[in-house]
Amino acid sequence: MLTYIARRVLMMIPTLFLISLASFFIIQLPPGDFLSTYAAGMSAQNAEVAQETLEALEQRYGLDQPFYVQYWYWISNIVCCGDFGQSFEWNRPVSSLIWDRLTLTMLLAIVSTLFTWFVAFLIGTYTAVRQYSVGDYFWTFVGFIGLATPNFLLALVLMWISFRYFGQSVGGLFSPEYESAPWSIGKAVDLFQHMWIPVVVIATAGAASTIRVMRANLLDELHRPYTTTARAKGMQEWRLIAKYPVRLALNPFISTVGWTLPTLVSGEIIVSVVLNLPTTGPLLLRSLESQDMYLAGSFILMLGVLTLIGTLLSDILLAWLDPRIQYEKAGSR
Amino acid sequence: MTHVDSPPLTGPEPEQPATGGTAATGATGAEPAVDNTGSGGRKKGPSVYTASQWRLMWWRFRKHKLAMAGAIFLIVIYLMVIFAEFLAPFHPSDHNGAYQHAPPQRIHLFEETDDGTRFNPHVKGYAYEEDEETWRRTYVTDEEQIHPVGFFVRGHEYTLFGLFTTDIHLFGPKDPDAPMYLVGADRMGRDILSRVIYGTRISMSVGLVGVTLALVLGVVLGGVSGYFGGWIDSAVQRTIEFVRSVPEIPLWMALTAALPRSWSQIQVYFGITVILSIIGWTTLARVVRGRFFSLREEDFVTAAVLDGVSKRRVIFRHMMPSFTSHIIAAVTLAIPAMILAETALSFLGLGLQEPTVSWGVLLREAQNIPSIAHTPWVLVVPGLAVITTVLALNFVGDGLRDAADPYNR
Repeated sequence: MLTYIARRVLMMIPTLFLISLASFFIIQLPPGDFLSTYAAGMSAQNAEVAQETLEALEQRYGLDQPFYVQYWYWISNIVCCGDFGQSFEWNRPVSSLIWDRLTLTMLLAIVSTLFTWFVAFLIGTYTAVRQYSVGDYFWTFVGFIGLATPNFLLALVLMWISFRYFGQSVGGLFSPEYESAPWSIGKAVDLFQHMWIPVVVIATAGAASTIRVMRANLLDELHRPYTTTARAKGMQEWRLIAKYPVRLALNPFISTVGWTLPTLVSGEIIVSVVLNLPTTGPLLLRSLESQDMYLAGSFILMLGVLTLIGTLLSDILLAWLDPRIQYEKAGSR
Repeated sequence: MTHVDSPPLTGPEPEQPATGGTAATGATGAEPAVDNTGSGGRKKGPSVYTASQWRLMWWRFRKHKLAMAGAIFLIVIYLMVIFAEFLAPFHPSDHNGAYQHAPPQRIHLFEETDDGTRFNPHVKGYAYEEDEETWRRTYVTDEEQIHPVGFFVRGHEYTLFGLFTTDIHLFGPKDPDAPMYLVGADRMGRDILSRVIYGTRISMSVGLVGVTLALVLGVVLGGVSGYFGGWIDSAVQRTIEFVRSVPEIPLWMALTAALPRSWSQIQVYFGITVILSIIGWTTLARVVRGRFFSLREEDFVTAAVLDGVSKRRVIFRHMMPSFTSHIIAAVTLAIPAMILAETALSFLGLGLQEPTVSWGVLLREAQNIPSIAHTPWVLVVPGLAVITTVLALNFVGDGLRDAADPYNR
């Protein structure tokens, strides 16, 4: 088990490297370098930038050096000192801007994953046990609609409905009085009261495909001899289903989290723009629009890294839950 | 082979036709139709045993009701793409300040005149009051204003396929300047129906062009990966895993935001399709590689190799026909993802921009919730277009995927 985890962590390193390279590539994409944009931005605000400051910055980020040297400056600053560079739109270090938002994004993604599982687990079991019933067709249809509706459209429709019929706007994650308050129990409760709309919206897309996976898996298991045996022994039907086939059908949920997590994070980004949540989405969009590239690149780097860690955790969880997994070959799939 | 013993089938839709590669070789003419005598169910056309692979697929696909409905819907949509200028009553940029946010109209078939009722399809004009504080207009139907509508009316001029210029539209008001907003108008008084029809062209073609690029990348890289194996295979596989492990929306957002602002709309359009296909190719590459691996082990491929057939011919003559169907199914399922991605990016303002009209650009107009509450058609009409199309593509893709293996079950 330990060797498996070690191997899995080692395998992450090239991926981490690629993600950081891609993020840095994105930082470099816009024409001109960040200093000239910075200087232009400052002089637009009638603030003179001292030549020394510019030179110091140039030195620090190695802007007169080739790509790989700049990359090295950038990544080593991140790894050693947690310094992600400077956001010139906010004129603050990037690291002071991103952590709160990343935490909320990951919180939303995790809660959405759990919610997706919960819903897909219940509905998937129901549709498999009552195959070809009206309910089965109904949920299959709902699942298809969920698959075909873009997240942001669903968010818009929900906002519209709540505005139209309840007369309130549903944007944000906190009530105004908690918005800048320090963390407390009241704030956490407030957060959960606001969170359900984004969670429902993000989970719909993921749930649609997961329901189908669950249904197919359970259908495979339902006609196995061991199920018949249990039934012949007079076991209660619901208990039997929950105890044997469902347990086996659950494994793919955990093993596919590696694919659902990126989807959920993506969904979270776009939903949070629509609902104006204080998470990564809106700030990432703004930083891209204003070409605040250190901020944007850091977001993309951290989203990629956090997703990767989530996938790693789920793999370890799966190995722990399902003894049939072979540690030697796992990962090569 | 087993099928010599099986009883002749009477129906056109086989439930369990011949096994494995039999019919595939049968299709190429290598094996004569042994058992063709009893199957009188079809008057003409081949029987189960002589039917080509494509015919077997078609039979199977036809049984999938939802997929058939989706296919018909898609044909209509693509006709709309081709004939957008002819189908749309107005030009998508035609605006009219007098009809900002005008609500949808009803088509009345009969007109009440002094002489009685007569057949005269028409829409009724608008009258409005403006709130002095909010400047919001409240429209009411003006029963007095009657604007006859009809088929093949003259409107703005356009050039179809760059070949001939005409001004005939399938339907519209007989007076080109009369207001006709069957599904309402947007904030500049532009006809949403016409805009959705034009938007279909961009949105659907982004899907097609993007998928074509992704297919080329996917087939080449997936094929190389499956053909050479070894370290090339694992390099390609690691790349695919990497691309799939990164959340795609932020990546797409960053790449589209980096497109130079000076680019023309056409350049942006192709830039976006390239960006979408950079991530989209991974699924297709996986399908190609998987099929390549499993087909390599098939008996008929081994037979061909043992016969001394060249590698090139084994791939193109013997293996290709068996996996093109799978690729077509995978491609159909990849298109909706592309469409949704373009819609999302344009909605965020990072993708296509006015005056290009795509569904995402149209939905961008619907960002302001209080205004949606008063003018829901701005959101509902393009939204429905996206949902129904993606749904249809999913149904067709599912049907194709099931049909792609005519020898299963």
